[in-house]
Amino acid sequence: METHSKATVAYAMVIDLDKCVGCGTCNVACAIENNVSVPPSEALENRGLTWMRTQRVDNGKAWPDHRTVTVPIPCQHCEHAPCIHVCPVTAVQLDESTGIIGQIPTRCMGCRYCMAACPYHARYFNWFDPTWPEGLQDTLNPDVAPRMRGVAEKCNFCHGRLDRARELAAAEGRPADEPVHYTPACAEACPHGAITFGNRLEEGGPIAALEKKPEAFLLLEALGTAPKVTYLSREPWIRRIGLSRLDRVRGHGDGPEGA
Amino acid sequence: MDRHLIQRGLDRTTLPRFLLWLLPWLLLAAWGGTSATQLFRDGLYHTNMDNRFAFGLWIILDLAIIALGAGAFFLGFMTYLLRRHEFKQVLNTAVIVGFVCYSGAIVTLAIDVGQPIRAWFAFWHANVHSMLTEVTFCITCYLLVLLIEYIPIVLKNRRLRTVPGAAVLEFNLHKLMVVFAGVGAFLSFFHQGSLGGMFGVLNGRPFAYREGVGIWPTTFFLFIWSAISAGPSFIMLITMIVQAVTRKKLVDDFVLSRLGRLSGILLSTYIIAKVADTVVWIMVTLPGKGFDAAEFYRSDMFGAWVLFLELTVFGLLPATILLNRRRVEKMPWLIAGGFLTCFGVAFNRFVFTLQTLSVPTMSFDRFMIYWPSQQEWGVLAGVFAYGVILYSLSFRYLNLFPRERELQTTTGGN
Repeated sequence: METHSKATVAYAMVIDLDKCVGCGTCNVACAIENNVSVPPSEALENRGLTWMRTQRVDNGKAWPDHRTVTVPIPCQHCEHAPCIHVCPVTAVQLDESTGIIGQIPTRCMGCRYCMAACPYHARYFNWFDPTWPEGLQDTLNPDVAPRMRGVAEKCNFCHGRLDRARELAAAEGRPADEPVHYTPACAEACPHGAITFGNRLEEGGPIAALEKKPEAFLLLEALGTAPKVTYLSREPWIRRIGLSRLDRVRGHGDGPEGA
Repeated sequence: MDRHLIQRGLDRTTLPRFLLWLLPWLLLAAWGGTSATQLFRDGLYHTNMDNRFAFGLWIILDLAIIALGAGAFFLGFMTYLLRRHEFKQVLNTAVIVGFVCYSGAIVTLAIDVGQPIRAWFAFWHANVHSMLTEVTFCITCYLLVLLIEYIPIVLKNRRLRTVPGAAVLEFNLHKLMVVFAGVGAFLSFFHQGSLGGMFGVLNGRPFAYREGVGIWPTTFFLFIWSAISAGPSFIMLITMIVQAVTRKKLVDDFVLSRLGRLSGILLSTYIIAKVADTVVWIMVTLPGKGFDAAEFYRSDMFGAWVLFLELTVFGLLPATILLNRRRVEKMPWLIAGGFLTCFGVAFNRFVFTLQTLSVPTMSFDRFMIYWPSQQEWGVLAGVFAYGVILYSLSFRYLNLFPRERELQTTTGGN
């Protein structure tokens, strides 16, 4: 099933894990850009909201061979997204003109079937009414609607920024079907330039080149979900993170453990 | 005080004793109501579900009671379409149990979703590719069918029969029962299957994902099969419990034996299919997705015993018991076989719901565990209590067992 084979745009992301130092700036920039609310302090673990989870992983070895890496995990915007066909109310949609998997919070009824379907745990539920610490409401982004209690949410590759880029293109009189360039908040904020974002269908573009590098890998490629987020690392043990457990055992021996 | 409401010839306990019987169930229902109010008012943070455990106790409850409620459609199908008239003795009970199970499941689902006020979106914005859409449509329609099947039982009430037109309506509805039995069987077939399909289509969750047969994953068929295996056993057990509580003989023993044997025949074929499905899953499906079945059974909570229990203790064992003609004529064997069958189907739903979410997918994920909150247990208790109360009222004021008058030899109970 090629979901958008005729499109000229398929936005994709490449994250270079060798450049990532785990500072969490991507996470914070994403939250500010997308008005991700702050759950109360008494919220249980796994009740938080983040569209860009930063997962620490180690190689499972003792010092001095101990190594760690931080893996930023946004929604993978899969070609064969497991979350789209399960949603009973059509609140998860593929934008065929961009390849972005969008979530419609005002249509979501909060059944959480999409969350059960996602192998990357990249979807989050609003367990609480959206709140922000005192004063932070004043910094909310007027281009992005906050989500209400009882609905799922996830990364949408900063759709608000895409809309602004389209508006700018229209104001400049460019054709509506011409691909627009924009940068999501995480890629813009990363101090080490670890996140590259762009159109993977653009010939000679940075994404297409990075995706072809030998150190490129996907998370759980064997599942066949075909993510549009690619990771890079020259470290073999880090590349094994993306493998499923059986593939890791088959090809590379013991792998990492969550840190 | 309420003698004028009780059917002629039926012996029922006094009203104060009946109210005393209802009291603990009303308290449980109050706990359920309080929990539901809290959840509607404050949100689902009162539960112990989280972003990993998107489903919890309530989905297990829904899947289990819908499977156990399958006796309603299956016995209707057997009675009206296959003309096995001996099951008429328990058909009214099957309808009420089915109604309780389905209405309870719908109420629980309404509490479970984050935005219950948008429940109608499932019809308005229906995604025809979603198994949950099929479940929603079929369950809602089937609940209406059950309601239509319930109405003639209610209209037979001694007092209601005096209402002009009630007897005519009851007679006409009764004549149409064969149609409703057919519609019920059709709808139930699809939603029981779609509940299984819900898990089988999860291509990102190798524990649940299954190969397709036609356009459906194998779980579609396995869920139907297991539900119709357990349905007759559940009706048999409910009838036995009612007989024990009321200390009355309500149906002929051979009917209970036949219900048990029917379960046994279906369960034995189901287990063969389940074993074949498990082998294909281990040998073909999982390696194709880069997973090894052993990975899923290495936690403290979900060891290999899960698979062993499902296939043997809750599968082969009850099938062996209930297939044996001599054993199903002995009550202790019948109870053991029926209980294991019913518990087995609930256990299967528990495994599909919880283990699917508990096992890791990515290499750095960990096994997670979940324990329901007080409010989640409260809703479960409330649904259970609602079932007991509705059934008790139905038993007291309606004629659920057509042979009761003839078989009645003792007194007491409610």
